Amino acid sequence: MELKRFLKDICEAPGVSGYEEYVAKIVRAAFCSHVDEVRQDRMGNVAFFKKGSGSGERRPRILLAAHMDEIGLMVTKIEEGGFLRFSAVGGIDPRTIVGQEVILFGREKLPGVIGVKPPHLTSADELGKGHKMEDLHIDIALTEERARKLVAVGDLALIRREFIQLAGNTVAAKAMDDRAGVAVLLACLQELERLRHAADVYAVATVQEEVGVRGAAMATYGIVPDIGIAVDVTHAEMPGVLEHEACKLGKGPGITVGPNIHPKISEEIIRVAKEYRLPYQLEAFPGPTGTDARAIQVTRGGIPTGLISIPLRYMHTSVELLDMDDLKLSGRLLAYFIAGVDLSFVEGLSCC
Amino acid sequence: MLLKRLSEASGVSGDEAEVRSLLKEELSLHVEQVTTDALGNLYLKKGIGRKPRVMVAAHMDEVGLMVVGYEKSGLLRVVKVGSIDDRVLASKVVAVGKDRVPGVIGAKAVHLQKPTERTKAIEISNLYIDIGVRSQEEAEKLIKIGEYATFTVTVREAGDNCLIGKAFDNRAGCAILAELLKEDFNLELNAVFTVQEEVGLRGAGVAAYSLHPDLALVIETTAAADVVGSKEASYVTKLGDGPAITLMDSTYMAPQLIVDLVAETAENLAIPYQFRRLTTAGTDAGIISQTHSGILSAVISVPCRYLHSPASIINMEDWQNTLRLTRGILNSIAEGGLRLAGTA
Amino acid sequence: MQELLKKLSETYGPSGREEQIARVIREEIKDYVDETFTDNMGNLYAVKKGSGTKIMVAAHMDEIGMIVTHIDDKGFLRFSNVGGLSPHVLLGQRVVFANGSQGTIGMEKIEEIGKLTLEKLYIDIGATSKDDARKYVKVGDIATYHREATVTGRRIIGKAMDNRAGCAVLIKAIQGLAKTDNEIYAVFTSQEEVGLRGSRISTYRINPDLGLAVDITMVGDTPEAPTMDVSLGKGPTVKIKDASVICHPRLKEKLSEIAEKNEIPYQYEVLIAGGTDAGAIHLTKEGIPAGVISVPCRYVHTPGEMVDLDDLDHAVKLLKAFLSAPLEMREIFPCHLE
Repeated sequence: MELKRFLKDICEAPGVSGYEEYVAKIVRAAFCSHVDEVRQDRMGNVAFFKKGSGSGERRPRILLAAHMDEIGLMVTKIEEGGFLRFSAVGGIDPRTIVGQEVILFGREKLPGVIGVKPPHLTSADELGKGHKMEDLHIDIALTEERARKLVAVGDLALIRREFIQLAGNTVAAKAMDDRAGVAVLLACLQELERLRHAADVYAVATVQEEVGVRGAAMATYGIVPDIGIAVDVTHAEMPGVLEHEACKLGKGPGITVGPNIHPKISEEIIRVAKEYRLPYQLEAFPGPTGTDARAIQVTRGGIPTGLISIPLRYMHTSVELLDMDDLKLSGRLLAYFIAGVDLSFVEGLSCC
Repeated sequence: MLLKRLSEASGVSGDEAEVRSLLKEELSLHVEQVTTDALGNLYLKKGIGRKPRVMVAAHMDEVGLMVVGYEKSGLLRVVKVGSIDDRVLASKVVAVGKDRVPGVIGAKAVHLQKPTERTKAIEISNLYIDIGVRSQEEAEKLIKIGEYATFTVTVREAGDNCLIGKAFDNRAGCAILAELLKEDFNLELNAVFTVQEEVGLRGAGVAAYSLHPDLALVIETTAAADVVGSKEASYVTKLGDGPAITLMDSTYMAPQLIVDLVAETAENLAIPYQFRRLTTAGTDAGIISQTHSGILSAVISVPCRYLHSPASIINMEDWQNTLRLTRGILNSIAEGGLRLAGTA
Repeated sequence: MQELLKKLSETYGPSGREEQIARVIREEIKDYVDETFTDNMGNLYAVKKGSGTKIMVAAHMDEIGMIVTHIDDKGFLRFSNVGGLSPHVLLGQRVVFANGSQGTIGMEKIEEIGKLTLEKLYIDIGATSKDDARKYVKVGDIATYHREATVTGRRIIGKAMDNRAGCAVLIKAIQGLAKTDNEIYAVFTSQEEVGLRGSRISTYRINPDLGLAVDITMVGDTPEAPTMDVSLGKGPTVKIKDASVICHPRLKEKLSEIAEKNEIPYQYEVLIAGGTDAGAIHLTKEGIPAGVISVPCRYVHTPGEMVDLDDLDHAVKLLKAFLSAPLEMREIFPCHLE
C-alpha cells in the first residue's frame, strides 16, 4: 500500500488513548500481508510478527514500537443548554483548540465546534490571556434534552482535520504523533521483504502512550525481546525554539543517544546510516524520553533500547507537519539495522 | 583510597563505564561471579546458594551535564542530567567527554549585567561550557553531541575528619558496598552497583527483577542541611550524628520491622544513628520494594552537605559508622534476625 | 452497613501502618472466604477459591496521615504529609496516634494565610518538654484525623471514608456473595495514598484475569464545585477515566450492562486529577483489564467526608452482581480485528 495513502487513512481515523480499536483495524488491514502472524492483546496492542531467517539455537528477537493512540477530548459534563464540558486525554494546549471544529463520538458522530467569544465582546485584558480547558465547551447545537439522548459523560471528541498536502513533500494532519511512526513500521516491513534478516521482528502498534507510555510496557513484557526500538516523532525547528532543541525537516530521522538508549544500539544505527549513506540527525536526551522507549528499557530484567524519531513541527496540535522523505528514510534505516542484527550482536549488548 | 578514586571518576547517569571498570577491577577477585546487564548495572555475587538471598544496592551514577549542541562561536550547549540547582553551575571547572577535555562554565561578568539581571537566578540556557576553541568546527572535532561533562574536583581532607569532593552521592555508598564485598557473610550476597538512579531509579528496578532477592538493603547518601540559616526541624540529617535511617521518602515507607531491626543492630553495636527527617526525594529502595510481589527493603545513608553540587562534605566517622552498621545488619540477617513476613 | 462503616472509619490505619484496620477487616471477612493472609507490605488478601475467571477486587484500607519528623525542645511535633494533605484543612484539627495519644494542629504566625504550608504547622500533644513528648510519641509515628463517624438521614459523615467506604462495600459484597465459579481475590490494599503501592505488588502476586478497584470519587454537586457530573445519592459510578487509568471499555460496558439488568442506578465518572488502585493493576505484567466502581464522596481528604448509604448499598449490589456473573474472558475480550 502506498505510504502517503496509508498515512492519510490512519491520521484521519479516530483512536484516542484507550479507544484505539478503529485505527487498529486500519493498521491491521495494511500490515497483514507483510507479516506471518497478527496478535492483539487484551489491552489493544497489536503485534505483527515477521519471522527471521536465522538458523541455529535461536533467532534474535527485535521489538519495534510505534504508538497508534492520539490525544483527544473527553466529555465530562452535559450542561444546561446542551453545551458539553470536556477534559483532555493526553497533553493538549487548550489555546490550540479554540475555534476548532470537532467530531463528537456519541451514539452517532456529531459535528460540533469549540466556541470562542467574538472579539467585539472580549475585553482587551481578556484578549491577552490564554484559554483554560475548564472554560471551554463543545457546542453541538442541540438542546440539553436532545444532547442527553445522544451524548454521555466519557464520550470522546476529536478535532476535525483532514490530511493536508503542502508544498513539495510536506504534509500535515492530526495524530502524526505517532501515526507517522506506525507508517514508518509499515515502510520498514515493506523494505524487509527485500532483505534477509536473521532476527524475528515484532512490529507493535502500541496503545495508550499519550497517557503515560502504558501499552508499550505491557507489550514488551509479553514479547521479551533482545532489542527494543521505538519509533516516534521529535520536534522540528520553528521560530522561538533554540537550535539545539530541535531537528531539521527533510534532513533524515533523529537518532537518540543518552541514558534511555543502549550505546551499542545507537552506535550501530549510526553506523548503518553511514554505510548506506542515509541522512540522519543526532539527538541527545539526558534522561528517560517521552516515548515508548522509556517503558521498553526498564521492562523485566532490562531491554537494550533504541529510538528513531521523525522530525515534526507543531506537536500536539491538529496541524502536525512533517516531510514524507524523513518518514521513508526512517523506514529504510530501521530495515537495514534489523537486517544487520545477528546473535553475536545481541550477545555483545550485555557485556560492558 | 577507593573513595577518592571513585569520587574523582566520571560516571554521569547513562555513562557509568569508568566507575564500573574501577569497581570491577577492585572487586572481581573477592567475589564468585561478576556480570552486567542491558542497562549497565554491575552485579557481584558471593555465597551463591546460601539463604537468604540479600540484594545490597548502591547507585554508581552521579548528576552532571550533557552536550546537546554547539554555538557558532565554539561554545558547547549543555543540559542537566539529574536534578541540579542551576545556581551551583556558574563559574565552575568541568571535564567533557571520554577524553576529559577541560572546560569552564562561565557566566556574564557582573560589570556587564543590568541591575535587574543580578538578582535573578542564572538560567541553564544562559550557561554553556567553554573549552577554549574559537569555532563550531573546532568544537565538533573534540566533542560529540551526547557526551557528558562532570565537575573536576579533587577530593580533599578538611576540618574534623571530613572530606570535600564531588559525587559523594553516591560514591560514598559505593565505597561502603565495596568494603562489604571484601568480607564474608553467611548469606547469599548480591551486590549491585546500579545505574541511572538520578534520572528515575532506572537501573535498580531491572536489577531487582533479575535477582529476585528475599530482601534488599540500599546504601545511599542523603542531605545534611544542618547549616546556619536553617531551622533544626529542616536539617534532614546532621553531619556527625551517624548513619541515617530512612523512615519515609516519596517512593517508599520503611516497614516497622525493618526500622526496628536497624535500630536494634545499631544499639547492640553501640553505633550512633539518626533518622532522615525528610519525606521527599526517592532512592532505589522505592522501585526495589515494589518489584515482583514486593521486596522488604531498608535504606541507610551517609549524611552529606551540599549534595548535587561540586563541593560536598561528608564526615569520615559517619562513613565508618555507616559501614559498621550495614555490616551489622547483614550479620543480623544472616543470624536469622529478621522474620520475612509472608503469611499471618 | 452503617455500623460496619462507622467502625471502619474510626479505626486507625494510615499508609504504612495498616495493621489495626487490617485486623478489623479480617475479623469481618474471614468466615466468608477460604483463605486470608498478608504480605510484606501489609496487604490483606481474602480468597474465595474457584475454577473460573480469576478476579481481583482491590479496596485500599490506608488513610492519609501526618508523619512526625522532629520533636522540638518544647515538645511540639513537626510533621510531613503521608498522602495528600491541605495545610488549610489541617488548621485546628484534632489528631490521634496509633497508641491513642491525641493532639491539635497549630500554626506559626503568618502574614498571608493563602501562602500557608505544612512547614508552618505543628502538632501539640500537650507535652511540657521534649522528654515529656518522647514518652508518648517518637519520630516516624503517624497521626490521623481524630473523628467519630455520624449518621444524618441517609448520609454518613466521618474521616477516612476514603477509602473505608470502599472497604465496607467490598466486605458486604463478599459476605453476601452468591455461589459462583469465579475465583475471587478480595485485596484490602496498603499504601494506595502514597502511590498505589500495595495494589502494585499484590496484582503481580495474584496475576488475575481482570481487576476492579472499589474506591471513592469526588462529586460536582456542591456550591461552585469544579465541573464534575457525579452527585451524591445518584448511585455508584462506573469510572471511565482518571489520571492513573483509562478503564477498559469492555469492562465499562459490562458493568453498565449488569447495572441496567439489575436496575441499579449508576453514573459515569471522569476524574481529571487523582488515581486509584486500578492504575497499578492494569499496568501489571502483560496488562490486566481493569475497571473501577466508585462511591461518590464530598469533602475528600478532610475529616468531614460524606457518603450516601443508598449509594453504598447500590455499590454492594453492583459489585456482587459483577463478581458472580459468568465472565467468559474470550467473550468480553475477543482480541480479533476482523
